[in-house]
Amino acid sequence: MRRIYLDHIAGTPLHEDVVEAMLPYLEEKFGNPQSLHSAGQEALEAIEGAREKVARLINAESSEIFYTSSGSEANNLALKGFALALRNKGKHIVLSSIEHQSILNSAKFLEKLGFTFSHIPVDKYGMVDPEDVQKAISKETILVSIMLANGEVGTIEPLAEIAEICRNREVLLHTDAVDAVGNMPVDVKILGVDALSLAGNQFYGPKGSAALFIKKGRRILPFIDGGIQEGGRRAGTEDVPAIVGLGKAAELALQNMDPRKEKMETLRDTLIKRLLVSIEHTVLTGHPEKRLPHHASFCVEFVEGESMLLNLDMQGIACSSGSSCTSRALKASHVLLAMGIDHALAQSSLVFSMIDSNAPEDIDYLLEVFPPIIERLRKMSPIYTQYLEEKKK
Amino acid sequence: MYSDKVMDHFQNPRNVGTMEDADGIGQMGNPVCGDMMTFYIKVKENRIADVKFQTFGCGAAIAVSSMVSEMALGKTIEEALKITNESVAEELGGLPKNKLHCSNLGADALHKAIEDYQEKRKAKESSETVPEKKEEGENDSCSCPYCEGPIEGLESSCQSCHIEFEDCPECHKPMNKKADDCPHCGATKPRV
Repeated sequence: MRRIYLDHIAGTPLHEDVVEAMLPYLEEKFGNPQSLHSAGQEALEAIEGAREKVARLINAESSEIFYTSSGSEANNLALKGFALALRNKGKHIVLSSIEHQSILNSAKFLEKLGFTFSHIPVDKYGMVDPEDVQKAISKETILVSIMLANGEVGTIEPLAEIAEICRNREVLLHTDAVDAVGNMPVDVKILGVDALSLAGNQFYGPKGSAALFIKKGRRILPFIDGGIQEGGRRAGTEDVPAIVGLGKAAELALQNMDPRKEKMETLRDTLIKRLLVSIEHTVLTGHPEKRLPHHASFCVEFVEGESMLLNLDMQGIACSSGSSCTSRALKASHVLLAMGIDHALAQSSLVFSMIDSNAPEDIDYLLEVFPPIIERLRKMSPIYTQYLEEKKK
Repeated sequence: MYSDKVMDHFQNPRNVGTMEDADGIGQMGNPVCGDMMTFYIKVKENRIADVKFQTFGCGAAIAVSSMVSEMALGKTIEEALKITNESVAEELGGLPKNKLHCSNLGADALHKAIEDYQEKRKAKESSETVPEKKEEGENDSCSCPYCEGPIEGLESSCQSCHIEFEDCPECHKPMNKKADDCPHCGATKPRV
């Protein structure tokens, strides 16, 4: 059967060059970067070389890159680390209501320690209004954390404007850029952020490879205590192969940014345009223009997400409904609800995310098999029957 | 994730559709919860002569309704009323733990269709008007069994009364972690 992978927001394949770069560190180059002998020094050189490549991808200094085991860990470190480091200055933090669970649940943890949070609403496109951030900041505010782009609906947030507000109010700004970095140009100097989370598995790097950018001079408290790895901000023996893979992936992403982005955008726009025409009662979720280059998300009325997803899977097409985390928890997506989409329609969400190696024929195939699936599921749907009966009246 | 039998019923659901002249109609759930089922039955000589269903929901919900329809067809009213959510899940070769709540709707929707049929028949016999439908009182999948606050049935605690839930070992509906008795089926939890 033909297999088409359109769930790259859950993770991309490894680029062959990434695998090649990693292999020696899974085999003969097994040294611990903290060891003084030459095997250790060889590993140290490898992770420091990777650090430079990651820094270059987001226009940071290599001393500002701190490796973590996942985007979630980077988000945890940013939120908890800044909150605890700044707790004597204030205890209020501003978030958007569509952040990833690793931010929202870190906030829940910090609430137990006495921190308070403002959750900024979003408009129907999932867009934060910088004015609302301005209004939410008080004398007690120490940190703002707003994602750069949302993985469920693809919307890119106006981060530079938010950064200007934070600078004027002398409040730190962190951004969860996990779904953005590697897929669109991200420059920490242009954005003006104090911290930024990224993950390699979003751009041909391995799972378990991620980093937090922390601007020079910004104090953060670690939550993994131990040795002096990562400048004391994140103890634990470094995952050398993963880090080397992340470095290679960052290098490739920077080299190929424009052609990759262009290819993905063409696929995305074709998919959005054709799907909306070929299946009626379907809406695009997220912003129509300001969206991730590789992201097309929809709500298909009268049909539940998992039943669509499984049917597509049986035809060889992999995609996701809501976020992959949301779909297992079986809860209506908090992102869609925050955008004002009603509960019933939020059950009908589907996300397609591509990479540049997807072919236009993949989109053709999707549009060939998807409409009959929807037709079959709608015939089975009591809500669709109700709709048709009401229409008759 | 799903057993072969579940996938078979999901891919080839039996008895899908509506019925123009149904003797009884039962609906359970709502799209807000993520699952909604409508069952239609035709009864001849106290037996379920025909059954049709429509389902909005996940793979488990579709497979469960298909299985319920298959199990009900040809059964007497009394036998059909004995179909339980547990027996449906068992017949399907088991369901993933977090999907058991979807199976709760299947047999309930069938039983509601039977109730509807019985009420209509009673009304016919006493030539009274059809009594108004009973208010749905046990929509467990969407309200906390203790405070009636909104839940989806899978949270680890209720947002309104903050009672922590765990699945009842008997009926798999959410019950207070600290309580000994399940508010749904009355099963007593063995103390560990």
